[in-house]
Amino acid sequence: MARHTLSVLVENKPGVLARVAGLFARRGFNIHSLAVGPTEIENISRMTIVVNVDTQPLEQVVKQLNKVIPVVKIVELEKDSSVERELLLIKVKADAHSRAQIVEIADIFRSKIIDVAPNSLTIEATGSPDKLAALTDLLQTHGVREMVRTGLVALARGDKAMADRQLRLEKGA
Amino acid sequence: MKLTGAQAVIKSLEQEGGEVIFGIPGGAILPAYDPLLDSTIRHILCRHEQGAAHAASGFAQATGEVGLCMATSGPGATNLVTGLADAYMDSVPMVAITGQVPRWAIGGDAFQECDATGITMPVTKHNWLIQDVQEIPQVIKEAFHIARTGRPGPVLVDIPKDLLQAEMAWWYPDSVDLPGYKPVTKGNMKQIREAAKMLLAAKRPVIYAGGGIIKAGAAEELRRLAELSGAPVVTTLMARGAIPDDHPLCLGMPGMHGNYTAVTAMQKADLLVALGARFDDRVTGKLDAFAPHAKIVHADIDPAEIGKNRPVDVPIVGDARSVIHDLVEALAAAIEDRGPASYEMWIATINEWREKFPYKYTQHADGPLKPEFVIEKIGELTRGDGIYVAGVGQHQMWASQYLKFKRPNSWINSGGLGTMGFAVPAAMGAKAGRPGDQVWAIDGDGCFQMTSQELATMTTENIPVKIAIINNGHLGMVRQWQELFYEERYSQVHLNGDVPDYVKLAEAYGAVGLRCETMDEVEATINKAAEIDDRTVVIDFRVDQTAKCYPMVPAGASNDDIILGPEFEGQEPPKHMHDSPEAIF
Repeated sequence: MARHTLSVLVENKPGVLARVAGLFARRGFNIHSLAVGPTEIENISRMTIVVNVDTQPLEQVVKQLNKVIPVVKIVELEKDSSVERELLLIKVKADAHSRAQIVEIADIFRSKIIDVAPNSLTIEATGSPDKLAALTDLLQTHGVREMVRTGLVALARGDKAMADRQLRLEKGA
Repeated sequence: MKLTGAQAVIKSLEQEGGEVIFGIPGGAILPAYDPLLDSTIRHILCRHEQGAAHAASGFAQATGEVGLCMATSGPGATNLVTGLADAYMDSVPMVAITGQVPRWAIGGDAFQECDATGITMPVTKHNWLIQDVQEIPQVIKEAFHIARTGRPGPVLVDIPKDLLQAEMAWWYPDSVDLPGYKPVTKGNMKQIREAAKMLLAAKRPVIYAGGGIIKAGAAEELRRLAELSGAPVVTTLMARGAIPDDHPLCLGMPGMHGNYTAVTAMQKADLLVALGARFDDRVTGKLDAFAPHAKIVHADIDPAEIGKNRPVDVPIVGDARSVIHDLVEALAAAIEDRGPASYEMWIATINEWREKFPYKYTQHADGPLKPEFVIEKIGELTRGDGIYVAGVGQHQMWASQYLKFKRPNSWINSGGLGTMGFAVPAAMGAKAGRPGDQVWAIDGDGCFQMTSQELATMTTENIPVKIAIINNGHLGMVRQWQELFYEERYSQVHLNGDVPDYVKLAEAYGAVGLRCETMDEVEATINKAAEIDDRTVVIDFRVDQTAKCYPMVPAGASNDDIILGPEFEGQEPPKHMHDSPEAIF
């Protein structure tokens, strides 16, 4: 099964997340990650949903998703023609002699140390899911106390924006 | 003008043309019942909220209008769920209004609290939990708009009690603004021309007409398409009456209990033109083996239906009426260009099948009463002029097989969800919507017992319908499966046809109860029921307990493996029928 990234513009109304998430569950699709946040247009939010699914059933789920009333627009973002990033916070065990090594790893990945405690370091890293996975793997050898990832966010490359003029006019943006 | 939220709800329903609402009051919805006293809307007090929801569906399907129902919070709302799910599967436009506990109590497990919008999310086209009293008119306007446009369906508006009691400044919007809801109604002309071309090029086309034809009011367009093209039409369970059964091109119902000709025509077709149909498993049988030689033109208002079950050669998104209208024009133009197609051999073969393998049963003069005989007689004696409503099971299939439909919206049943107990309340709703029509519920004894409490509503509200109970004392369809597929090991299917005494039950409810046990009583009983105008009539037809519904395609089997049943023993279609149709033609 291939991984697909859907960028979904929704009206920011109560229950919209439940409607979208419920639809995936109901139709038997597993959401790998889901990130929601406001957009440049007031009252419109963007969901970035990553799913593992074959192309044909994906088409069906996109069509079903389009039927959810507050869903305004759906675009599948292809890896090659979009930029994608994810944020990772990871708390790694660190004592006096491992600390320098961990800082070095963090540097190589151009990530930041954002908290230092007697027995741990917390690192903030952004990048593609692959990069974050590589960083996590390396840090695993030192012992990961806990971690969190935001889920992927992505935008298409180039000048074009997903919300069309009509929507901007309707929403007064 | 200052109104309460409750007054605004009722006034908004009036603004949208609401005439009849089915419901039951209770704590949270109580404020909305007060302004009903001063409203032009007729409220019909049901005996169970499920009955109210099915009645709203029956009303909607008989009239083509939006059906309305209303209930209180908690159990009132949960009791509506089956009716909403039923309407959702069959694309019936409905607006349900429910009361909710006051806003300050939401989420606190208050008395009669349930998450009505959460529970009904998967079974409604959309729903709302009102957050501000001022938005009531806008939401109700949107609710009707969503229910009746695009692919129709049920919606639910949940209103906290404190908002029903709150004051608002009355206003009514003239339009809705839903950026995420813009149904496409006009089909793509290029695709439609392609469909016309394929119809002309086909040798063995079949028009596969679904419930969308009825919903779109496209029966006239369908007839024109059939007559212009000369292609035969199958009418699915949801599309019975879309083209009259006595039309020479109407092949009747396909599917699990469809007739041999309709099923086989699809299997052998080289082109299926699906119009407002959804390739449901009850029609296709084993999907891989369904219509293996056919190219597919699929027109539907819901883009998600196109290609969902069967890959499509020519997809057309649009309203059935508009698409068929355009298709007729495109076909006429194409015929002018290159002359009409001739399906002469195809029609001849089809007619041969019709001759050899019709629906068939034998009623012996001294034998047990056959359910098919009863239903056929009801159809004959009412000349197909009534509205016929069925529940779910054998009686439903026999009704679809043996009634001869003349017009759309004259056949109402629970197709997609298969809800036992649908018929009694839906018949009541149909009669409330079309008081001038004779409404016949054809019901099973199992179904009848699930919702028979609405007999009280019929009597009290003076909504007289005829209810023919096809009483075989069993959950007949389950019994049939146990006989055929579980080595006659009958498990929990015997209901006892004597309990309750349906005649006494009818009388207790103020209806007329009749009983009919033999063949020669059938006509007189039906005629007597037809003559009684002022009360509901319940007829207990005591039928053969072992009768089975044929033809039958067993679940999961290919439509090629259709079983014709004992009436055709030794006369099964020749083996070559299973070969490629190219070999026969």
